[in-house]
Amino acid sequence: MSQAERSQPLLTPEIIASHGLSEEEYQKIVKALGREPNYTELGVFSVMWSEHCSYKSSKRLLKLLPTEGPAVLQGPGENAGIVDIGGGLAAVFKIESHNHPSFIEPYQGAATGVGGILRDVFTMGARPIASLNSLRFGAFDHPRTRYLLCGVVAGIGGYGNCVGVPTLGGELFFDECYNSNILVNAFTLGIAKKKRIFRGRAKGIGNPLIYVGAKTGRDGIHGATMASEAFSDEAEKRRPTVQVGDPFTEKLLLEACLELMDKDCLVGIQDMGAAGLTSSAAEMAARGGTGVEFELSLVPLREKGMTPYEILLSESQERMLLVAKKGSEEEVKSIFNRWDLDAVVVGRVTRGGLFRALFHGQEVVRIPIEALTSAAPVYSRPAERPEGHDEAQKLDLRKIQEPDDLGAVLKQLLDSPNIASKEWVYRQYDHFVRSNTVVAPGADAAVIRIKGTDKGLALTADGNSRYCYLDPYVGGVLAVAEAARNLACVGAHPLGLSDCLNFGSPEKPEVMWQFSQVVQGMRDGCVGLGVPVVSGNVSFYNETDGRPIHPTPVVAMVGLLPKVARCVTPWFKTAGDLVVLLGRTREELGASEYLRVVHGLVKGTPPWIDLASERAVQQCCLRAIERGIVRSAHDVSEGGLAVALAECCIGGPEKALGARIETHEMMRADALLFGESQSRIIVSIKERDLGRLREITGKEGAPLRVIGVVGGTRLIIQPVIQAPVDELKSIWSSSLERRLK
Amino acid sequence: MRWGVIVFPGSCDDQDVYDCLKHVLGQKVEFVWHRDNLQADFDCLVLPGGFSYGDYLRAGAVARFSPIMRGVVEYASRGGLVVGICNGFQILCEAGLLPGVLTRNASLQFVCRHVYLRLEETDTPFTCAGKKGQVLKLPVKHGEGCYYADPTTLERLRQNRQILFRYVDAKGRTSAAANPNGSLDDIAGVCNEGRNVFGMMPHPEDATEKILGSDDGLKIFSSIAAAGKEREKGARVG
Repeated sequence: MSQAERSQPLLTPEIIASHGLSEEEYQKIVKALGREPNYTELGVFSVMWSEHCSYKSSKRLLKLLPTEGPAVLQGPGENAGIVDIGGGLAAVFKIESHNHPSFIEPYQGAATGVGGILRDVFTMGARPIASLNSLRFGAFDHPRTRYLLCGVVAGIGGYGNCVGVPTLGGELFFDECYNSNILVNAFTLGIAKKKRIFRGRAKGIGNPLIYVGAKTGRDGIHGATMASEAFSDEAEKRRPTVQVGDPFTEKLLLEACLELMDKDCLVGIQDMGAAGLTSSAAEMAARGGTGVEFELSLVPLREKGMTPYEILLSESQERMLLVAKKGSEEEVKSIFNRWDLDAVVVGRVTRGGLFRALFHGQEVVRIPIEALTSAAPVYSRPAERPEGHDEAQKLDLRKIQEPDDLGAVLKQLLDSPNIASKEWVYRQYDHFVRSNTVVAPGADAAVIRIKGTDKGLALTADGNSRYCYLDPYVGGVLAVAEAARNLACVGAHPLGLSDCLNFGSPEKPEVMWQFSQVVQGMRDGCVGLGVPVVSGNVSFYNETDGRPIHPTPVVAMVGLLPKVARCVTPWFKTAGDLVVLLGRTREELGASEYLRVVHGLVKGTPPWIDLASERAVQQCCLRAIERGIVRSAHDVSEGGLAVALAECCIGGPEKALGARIETHEMMRADALLFGESQSRIIVSIKERDLGRLREITGKEGAPLRVIGVVGGTRLIIQPVIQAPVDELKSIWSSSLERRLK
Repeated sequence: MRWGVIVFPGSCDDQDVYDCLKHVLGQKVEFVWHRDNLQADFDCLVLPGGFSYGDYLRAGAVARFSPIMRGVVEYASRGGLVVGICNGFQILCEAGLLPGVLTRNASLQFVCRHVYLRLEETDTPFTCAGKKGQVLKLPVKHGEGCYYADPTTLERLRQNRQILFRYVDAKGRTSAAANPNGSLDDIAGVCNEGRNVFGMMPHPEDATEKILGSDDGLKIFSSIAAAGKEREKGARVG
């Protein structure tokens, strides 16, 4: 028996089922091949047809999202999306989930999530210059939360810091729906020259396939399949499917790839991410309209005795597959050798559209590329509004008693981990490296400058899953609206977004209903605000023992500042400045942080939104910042007006500054102070600029109301709140650390 | 004046140092690859921050055996100016060019934030453009920045006035809260006895333009540029 044959056990129904394939899917494989697959082929199909790689349940709905716009150079379907930022430069970005691995092994799971997204960006020829991450954990008092939070944050920092890419912020949210299924979504943005963009395409019959980077080990085998299953309480046993990251090798790989891209020898390039060598080769061949052929015994291995199955499915990190021009093999090798990395020709591009793998000369895999990619199953899964949804949306405000001491409520909210300062997290991330950081983490959006120009880019990641749980359509609209609003607050015009859609099992009709509603909401938000989707990722099966997480779309949006020097931060600057509210406050408390923290309720419907008003408010803020009259701008979100005002007073790096606010609205005081009405921005301006601001809001049709004056050492909201800002600051800034002690 | 920025595998702040020297200060600067031999005619060498060789063992412990370090040690022994920033400081300590060691931060966590530094001595090439007692605002970002030296060494550092920067608050006072990593005696930067080799944990290269939140880092690079000019003059006269 040959080595190849020894590694091919006979297929049994148990083996097929353990690969996450249904009987129907197996029959489809037999039909595509015209024969039964062997064990290795079964493995290849199982990863390529996994939800994670094939998007089989989401593909049809994702087509609803608008993907075109004047700045779009590359929409979804590549390693990352690309938008034009002028001057011959392009911004390349994407967000991706690493949820399951991070729950099983928080440090390595989060670290390799960062590594994977960095590779997606530099594989396109871009130097990564900024990362964000969007994190969701279980309730703070859940026994595992602290361990998971500390591990994930250390993992993100450990990897990103070592590679030398600044982590500029993101989100952190706690809710018991994530108790057994945390979310770790990582985002990276890079800058490329428009003329030097590389894509994952295998073209040119006979061109060599070159394997570069770290050696292949047995780690992460079936990571993609694991990410496509719901957890049971046996999640711990899945630890060996989590990959181990080596940021140092990633750094070398990054530098070597960028150096190679300056030369003229590269045809296509793709990182080996989920489903490793198999998916990068198959996807590149599919995009190039070609085939690929490998000799697996040439792949650099970390361990002895690895089988073809293991080599093809390994998800060892820090590896890339290149298609180089024939004859340039030595040049490629010399660049990688200079960086102490392996570069080995392992195969070539072929005619005929076949995925063919040999092991010591003997054929072990022979599958039409089409069967792995475009012919993979696509499902229109049944969707159904969940039972009990009406009940969850019911909220009778008359039955909710208004607290007597609203000042105490403000303090309680500032202390809530969902609202409190996230400094404990971001001070573990290098946010200075590459010397571009203009607005560091902690503001509505981070801002970096583009060296050699006057321009800047702003980045933000947003998504409120409580809104999406209580009304997934509205939640989808709001995720897009809030991201765009956060960009407007620093003075940036949105160019595009990348989305990470985290949901439960698509095999459940109520989850599919949530998914389809969220996607439609996002579509309407994107169309209404003119922001295209350029890249993204879907993560299903986020549930444990049958309980899905709340639907959690995360929208990472990128905006352009024509003049970065004009950018604005959220914090009050000078005593005497006027405090102005753009937008209107309604009597709304549904889905608010206030209801949950103070009344223990997750109920009602999320705040109302009208995209025309949203657009008008954002445009006013942008125009006013362009004219240079805005001293500070801050979006009103979780915790409502009172929390937003407090953040304006205490959120800055310098000393806290008070304010005296008077706002008369005919509504419940708790709704006025803590309701989360959308489309509101608090700006502060010099008194003499009020006329100019009124001119802008009049033209754009946005409501404007002067609500107070900056100054003093207290935040006074007449007549119900009077609190020393130093006390508020101390509560807000120490909350996370105190809870973690 | 000709600057060299040494690139180890895993250096991260090499480009930041390069950009600030070249584009902000208009200096002549080039990268020096870790595997190469050091050419003789540099006026100042910078060992940048990062994670040389991954720093999986102990920060700087592997880099000191790098081929280029033989040249750096020799260059320093001839009086050449050497600056180590963050990982560069760790490497210089590991290589014995600077006294003391840098250990895990007292918090046991990586720390990234702005800090204030008090300039303690001005009679060095690295600080000559500053004023004694002046407070600078610079970022720190490190996991192993807790400076330690044994009592005899510390006493010698004080007597020889080798402590060039201490962590302080915005008003120039030392305190536990102002010290980001638990460094002994609030030490943020030291030089050797010959006053030609200097290491510091904070990053002057990331504070070189107002738009980045501070341009106080220029004080250090412009001191070196000024000292370099003096040296050139001296060399020509001599």
